Amino acid sequence: MSVLLYIIPLALFLGLFWLAGFIWSLKTGQYEDLEGAARRIFLDEDDH
Amino acid sequence: MVKILPENLNQLAVMVEGAHCAACIGKIESCLDREPGIQHARLNFTTQRLNIEWSGSPSRANDFVDRVESLGYKVRPFESFRQTSTEEEKFLLLCLGVAAFSMGNIMLLSFGLWTTNEQTMGMATRDFMHWMSALIALPAILFAGRPFFRSAFRALRSGTTNMDVPISLALILTSGMSLFETVHHGAHAYFDSVVMLMFFLLIGRYLDHRARRQARSAASDLLGAVSGFASILEEDGHIRRLPVSALKPGMKIRVAAGEKIPADGLILEGETTIDTALVTGETLPREARTGTHVYAGTVNMSSPVTIRIIKAADDTLLSDIIRLMEKAQQAQARYVRMADRLARLYTPVVHTLAALAFFGWLGMGMAWQPALLIAATVLIITCPCALALAVPVVQVLATGRLMKSGILIKSGDALERLACIDTVLLDKTGTLTIGQPVLQDNNIPPEILRPAASLASYSAHPLSRALKKSHEGPLLTFTDVQEYPGKGLEALYQGEVLRLGSRDWCGDRNSPAGTHMELWFSRGEEAPTVFYFSDKLRDHSTETLRALQKHGLEIILISGDRAEAVADMARQSLIAQYHAEMTPVEKYEVLEKLKSEGKKILMVGDGLNDAPVLAGADVSMSPATASDLAQNAADIVFMSEGLKPLLIAYETALLSQKLVEQNFALAILYNVFAIPLAMLGYVTPLIAALAMSGSSLVVIANSFRLHGGKT
Repeated sequence: MSVLLYIIPLALFLGLFWLAGFIWSLKTGQYEDLEGAARRIFLDEDDH
Repeated sequence: MVKILPENLNQLAVMVEGAHCAACIGKIESCLDREPGIQHARLNFTTQRLNIEWSGSPSRANDFVDRVESLGYKVRPFESFRQTSTEEEKFLLLCLGVAAFSMGNIMLLSFGLWTTNEQTMGMATRDFMHWMSALIALPAILFAGRPFFRSAFRALRSGTTNMDVPISLALILTSGMSLFETVHHGAHAYFDSVVMLMFFLLIGRYLDHRARRQARSAASDLLGAVSGFASILEEDGHIRRLPVSALKPGMKIRVAAGEKIPADGLILEGETTIDTALVTGETLPREARTGTHVYAGTVNMSSPVTIRIIKAADDTLLSDIIRLMEKAQQAQARYVRMADRLARLYTPVVHTLAALAFFGWLGMGMAWQPALLIAATVLIITCPCALALAVPVVQVLATGRLMKSGILIKSGDALERLACIDTVLLDKTGTLTIGQPVLQDNNIPPEILRPAASLASYSAHPLSRALKKSHEGPLLTFTDVQEYPGKGLEALYQGEVLRLGSRDWCGDRNSPAGTHMELWFSRGEEAPTVFYFSDKLRDHSTETLRALQKHGLEIILISGDRAEAVADMARQSLIAQYHAEMTPVEKYEVLEKLKSEGKKILMVGDGLNDAPVLAGADVSMSPATASDLAQNAADIVFMSEGLKPLLIAYETALLSQKLVEQNFALAILYNVFAIPLAMLGYVTPLIAALAMSGSSLVVIANSFRLHGGKT
């Protein structure tokens, strides 16, 4: 059973890592303009 | 409006209208990026909001606005209410993320708890797992449960109840009981159920919020038609740009040809024609010269004028219409959404049942902990999850589907209201018809049509534009074209005087007058030629109206235009009932009368004069070519040359209404089976949470039939 002592913190760490990533993407406004982002892929980067 | 940031930076946020594709984003952003000093220019496509940051003088904001306007987009001062709405959505997403995290991790632990028992894993391990679950669940519930707690608290404080009260109770009771069990080394810890419940409820809440946000962002400000910028002519002859809301009586403004007149006023200088179509519904423009009254919302067509404002922006004819509209909207706000009506019935019943279970078991001699657990199970199993998802999922899917056919749903419950209508009120000019005259006789010899059409190309008058459009092939160019407001155009060509204009000016005064709109063309001393015009029905209008009638809807035409013109259109489109020569107030009275007869009305209109009726009708639609105010007042805006969207929207509304009803039936059916079992104590909170999620999935799956369904 002692494997639980590694596996649970590891799972928690992975979960928290994902959560931190999610919060970061939310705070940097990546969910604010989903439609715009979908259309921006059609723009050429080098035209300005 | 410009916000000063540290490090000598300025920031401006404005609304940009008319950006519809990736090319628009690229055009606006790259055009601004080329300006010196620009640090950042980004257009949010969803909210239509443009953020500009630059270094240097704050007054350069005007240049940037002009630059974007010169690309052909409308720029408006930014309204702040949209900001709070995205903040709220962000908060819900954050809660959803936290709930997802805790659900995922607790499930890992719960899997162990479900598959083994106390004997195999030992008391200490089970307690450890329960404590771990509690450690993950409790902070997550406190954090991500806030949307429900807040709303329940607000409701309780005002002495009412809503769906969030039983949800909050279920969340708090179950986590409290589970903590109690954990502390006392018990087996009944249900943190997983609480978190799962919260996660599913948050999905419903987020979808609902998104549907409403989309509805709001498709709408512009109520005062949209008068918001914007105006050019003020100052005493020293300089021109300054000010937001329209800052205009005051006595100010002088310049209105260029093609611009909208921002406030009621008197013309001081200049002679022009004014397009009043959006205010009065008349197809033909009116002449205006020094001393003529002009109204806000009308469009200056031919030449620049100076206007002295006699009424401020909030005191114009337009604002009278807006006030009438507000009155209409208040009368209409009584509509209660189906889900809310159900919630009103549902919550007291759920509370009573839970209390009944608790006291019933207590009365039969059970200890208070298991009795409370049963009560909590009843709350979980009856949790309005499926009910909460029933409407938003269908709405989001239906809205998305309609959006693909160019129909924008602006208010969340518009489809629900559209499904109940029995009468359609149709405006004529611009709604049933295209709103632009079309040349009737196609047999005019080219040697006349060509110079006439060429001359017409120098004017923005609707008849001239129609004449120009009817000619195919290259046009002649004239060098010296004069426009006489109210009369017509004149040019010299090969030594002869060409004239295009009214009957009195260059036509044959003695010829019999018809009911059609006409334009006369004369060349030198030759006998003048007449062109007749009439408005054209939108594409598919007869079939659409036929189909709507087949659905049992009554169709009534209602217009501010002349009686013969309206009767003619009614005949062409096979509409039996029509009202002509109606003022905005009379139109509204027709609506009130129909409403008092208990009719459920769909209004379709495009003009300012339709706005009060649009606002007051049970549900309203307007084409994308409509005035801003009409688009604001309408619940649904469609982008199409034809009238087909009427039918598409109505049929989708019927279909989604059917699906919503099925969803409610499924949810209620589930409750009918689950509640007795839960009250008798046969269900643990875990099974309750699973059953609840299962019912939600069934509802979602049913809603997706909207995509497969035929319209």
